Amino acid sequence: MSHEHADAGHTSGTEAAHHGHGHDHIHPRPWNPLFRYVFSTDHKIIAIQFLFSGLIFFVVGGLMAMAIRWQLAWPWSPMPVLSKALWSSQGYRMPPEFYNKLFTMHGSVMIFLVVIPILAGAFGNFTIPLMIGARDMAFPRLNMISYWCMPFAFVAMLNSFIVEGGTAEAGWTSYPTLANSPWSTPGSFNGQTWWLIGVLFAGVSSLLGSINYLTTILMLRAPGMKMFRLPMTVWGMFITSILQAFALPVLTSALVMQLLDRTAGTNFFTPAGLSVANGPAAIGGGQPLLWQHLFWFYSHPAVYIMILPAMGMMSDIISTFSRKPLFGYKPMVIAIGAIAGLGFIVWGHHMFQSGMNPALGATFMLSTMLIALPSAIKVFNWLGTMWGGRIQFTSAMLNAMGFVSMFIIGGLSGIFLAATPVDMHVHDTYFIVAHIHYVLFGGSTFAIFAAIYYWFPKMFGRMMDERLGKVHFALTFLTFNGTFFLMHIVGLHGMLRRTADPTIYPLLNGPGVVGMNQFMTLSAFGLGLTQILFAANFLYSLVLGPKAADNPWKANTLEWGTTSPPPYYNFQTIPTVYHPAYEFSVPGVVGDFLPQTEPRPPIAGPMDPIMA
Amino acid sequence: MADAATFPAHPTTAHGSMARPTVQAPPLTPGKVAIWLFLATEIMFFTGLIGTYIVLRAGSPPTGYSNLYPPATDLTYVLPTKPEGLKTYAWPKPYDDSTNPLSIDLTAVNTFILICSSVTMVLGLSAFQRDQKRKGALYTTATALIGAVFLGVQVFEYRQLMFVHHYPIGVSASGHFTPDVSLFASCFFTMTGFHGAHVAGGVIAMSLLAIRSWFGAYSSTNYNSVEIVGLYWHFVDLVWIILFTVVYLI
Amino acid sequence: MRYWSVFFGVVGLACVACFAYAPFDPEWWLPAGPDPKVSHLHSASSIGKEIDALYVIILWITGVVFIGTQVALAWAAWKFADAPGRVAVYFHGSQRLELIWTIIPAIALVFITVYQFGTWASVKFKSSQPNVAPLAEVTGRQFQWVIRYPGPDKKLRTADDVYTVNDLHFVKGQKTLIHLQAKDVLHSFFLPQLRVKQDAVPGLKIPVWFDADQAGHYDLACAELCGWGHYKMRGNVFVHETQAEFDDWMKTTAREQARDQVAVADAPEGK
Repeated sequence: MSHEHADAGHTSGTEAAHHGHGHDHIHPRPWNPLFRYVFSTDHKIIAIQFLFSGLIFFVVGGLMAMAIRWQLAWPWSPMPVLSKALWSSQGYRMPPEFYNKLFTMHGSVMIFLVVIPILAGAFGNFTIPLMIGARDMAFPRLNMISYWCMPFAFVAMLNSFIVEGGTAEAGWTSYPTLANSPWSTPGSFNGQTWWLIGVLFAGVSSLLGSINYLTTILMLRAPGMKMFRLPMTVWGMFITSILQAFALPVLTSALVMQLLDRTAGTNFFTPAGLSVANGPAAIGGGQPLLWQHLFWFYSHPAVYIMILPAMGMMSDIISTFSRKPLFGYKPMVIAIGAIAGLGFIVWGHHMFQSGMNPALGATFMLSTMLIALPSAIKVFNWLGTMWGGRIQFTSAMLNAMGFVSMFIIGGLSGIFLAATPVDMHVHDTYFIVAHIHYVLFGGSTFAIFAAIYYWFPKMFGRMMDERLGKVHFALTFLTFNGTFFLMHIVGLHGMLRRTADPTIYPLLNGPGVVGMNQFMTLSAFGLGLTQILFAANFLYSLVLGPKAADNPWKANTLEWGTTSPPPYYNFQTIPTVYHPAYEFSVPGVVGDFLPQTEPRPPIAGPMDPIMA
Repeated sequence: MADAATFPAHPTTAHGSMARPTVQAPPLTPGKVAIWLFLATEIMFFTGLIGTYIVLRAGSPPTGYSNLYPPATDLTYVLPTKPEGLKTYAWPKPYDDSTNPLSIDLTAVNTFILICSSVTMVLGLSAFQRDQKRKGALYTTATALIGAVFLGVQVFEYRQLMFVHHYPIGVSASGHFTPDVSLFASCFFTMTGFHGAHVAGGVIAMSLLAIRSWFGAYSSTNYNSVEIVGLYWHFVDLVWIILFTVVYLI
Repeated sequence: MRYWSVFFGVVGLACVACFAYAPFDPEWWLPAGPDPKVSHLHSASSIGKEIDALYVIILWITGVVFIGTQVALAWAAWKFADAPGRVAVYFHGSQRLELIWTIIPAIALVFITVYQFGTWASVKFKSSQPNVAPLAEVTGRQFQWVIRYPGPDKKLRTADDVYTVNDLHFVKGQKTLIHLQAKDVLHSFFLPQLRVKQDAVPGLKIPVWFDADQAGHYDLACAELCGWGHYKMRGNVFVHETQAEFDDWMKTTAREQARDQVAVADAPEGK
């Protein structure tokens, strides 16, 4: 403890030394709206840019999902709007390759343009400087460039729809040789090239962002903000950035190689003498499986890139609305670190049936099972946080509880997939579709909703409508489960993913499976319609919501100590931090929260050195 | 981790480029942290490329290259007839003209040139640190020029390989060594090409540095940018030594 | 406000109900063999029986964890809901609890892993490959399965090889070995009723083995996206009751193939 005191003394000393010219360097806010709102270097504006573009593409990806569900429930029957617009000359019937385009772009858009940009881009940008007590990111201009890489990705992805052959249709995993042989399927003719360019730009954006986040968190923390006083949100972003910095470049190299295979005739992923669709034989000599290794070396960590920020944010939200310190703060940090560390050695579990050496598969099964452990610890800690609390059921909290509840399902179904023999049956079926959606919708997307409800007042200075928020949550939670839970069942029954018409198989043409598919589709439409409530709430509150107080949730982290929305320079004076962010309901403190900027009273006793 | 808290927090440096002159050089600037992180990402990128090269090379069948047939020809039906003089390899051998078109001698000289540029870089930085501005400017300019010479030699080599020379059948069915003629060619052009692009970026940064240094921009109190570009330059140099070893020599 | 806990509880209950109902409905359970007299809970292959047993074990373990955590969530939401006068307990965690909920799941997970190893080794390790002559060479190509049997001389890659498209035949109760390969893009050889899945990769030849204890018709599916026609890349598997029946089929097919090749023009009646 004496160490802590000495440290506090030291940091307040440096604070005094630096505060003198602290205000001199606050640059005036640019008056030109082009630099104020468009090419802004303000992390808060950039966060809002990431959020808005992410939500717009969420609509695009969601509509594709509706089309996918329509086809699965009523195969080949004319689709509203789309059939009339696109296929009136073909008897209003969707061509089969269009289905492949739909799920390819649904996955790619949701992952590369929605979930990663919103979680890491929007909330990472917004929360990091505010929560560590900095005026901005370490490199504001780099931050701006990182956002402006995204429009190139948007244009490339959208452009892929209008080139000859249409957009990519090799799945979001783009396995060669389907993806790199131009004649293998219409989407591989041109669309795949644009897909690769789009993902490359999105990757560069993430890469620049992650370097910026790491430097900011390491170098720009306010006085007294030790690493183990960082809120879990910042820890989540920190570990996510490490994952991005170390895994993404490998994907970049793979994307570049596939791009060269397609455009310069290189042979990385083409086996010797390969001929696709009776085309001329390639020289080849490469290995298609190599792509899978390189791709999953990034894309498995990417799964954690899409869940760790969510875990961090949910920890903060659950603690705040339970009015109780986070259960096991340090174990939570270690668990996130363990997930990231193990995340680098589990990629092979995507390849159990790929023809990879089965002995390797056994090793990957072990590492994959072990990665379930830190995830389980996190769930128990969230439950422990709620236990004994005073739970306030706000929209943000409800979505956070939904996150915990659904993440449990996603985590548990992962165990079936990690078990190699069981995976042999459920691999590439709807069981895995259910699993990814329980993690990425049930997990990440509920977390995005929770984070929007929670930080909306700070972002825009207005409150969202709570009643509408709760209705939106309840309907989303019900329709989400209606859409995705039965996918476990049909998947176990052998329903294949990425198959335009499962009824071709007698096994999947019974009234039970067809009925379940139709039920899931109707639920999916309900899920889609429910989001109109959210959009209405969001847009209405943006303009007409009641003005937000500085700290409407009575939370402890630094961003709630400044105005809503924060000024251009975030803090009038850089705050000093005295303790971790979770001092709720401290005995002897008036009110049930104690901001990080206020010292703990001696009456509260020493902090638990291992847990807090 | 707790030690990290003893870094002075710099809310004041949050704006603008980190190249801004500061009164006293702090031990660890955000710029330096960022360049190390950036180099870590670069290491992973080249690990992806070099790892691919190693995996593909290890997986190449023993009959992948031969002196009588183009690369990756299926020799299943040829081998039992034991054609006279047929030599097969899993991968092109250095100095073997029948399968390997690369000129090791030229590239060895080029490697030496690049190493020289690292030396001038070190001398330049230490000159700035001792406040010898003219000397520093001279060395940075030299570094940029030597880097450009390296690039020039590489462009010359590419031209020879792709257009000028005519190679035997074991190198390429078309006679020219272009990225599509064999897996070896694909790897060679991708790896050296991306390294070359990195050198080009370095030469541009180094030229800007040199121009600014002639106007006395860097001194013993302000050499942060030189150090950052220098780190990048040494990294690119190091990558080349690895590439030269695995692609040309082994 | 505490009624939200009921909401979470009901959704959790519905999830449990789905899996509780599943074993009673053949369309909700893992796919069964063609024989209607055999219970649908009984897998048609020996690998399948092991996989199903492993699946059920994991289902029980995860089911217990699922119910436990959802009940805890709903209970906490009920018991600790905000109410006038309620004060949250102030504590930061418990080392003992952290240890408990680290060690117990760790043991469970390692148990599951170790328990799976044996089956995995027996279905995929080359060392457990059955010591039989391969039944056929199965090649995936856009969008069909080409199956090449050794023909009467029992030797592959000879003139009398018999080809079929999307039609795999083998004999009940026999360990059957095929060599799997792909001609153009990735495919995946999937027998849902027999729980066999293996990707077919251009440039590789991968041995796959399986058996079936019920004669009749099974499905062969392509489980790896292979292009615009992926959905229709369906094959049929026919399991013969006896070796003699299989031999008969093979003879007929070989004869038809020979006739196709030499006398298609002379035989207007087709076949």
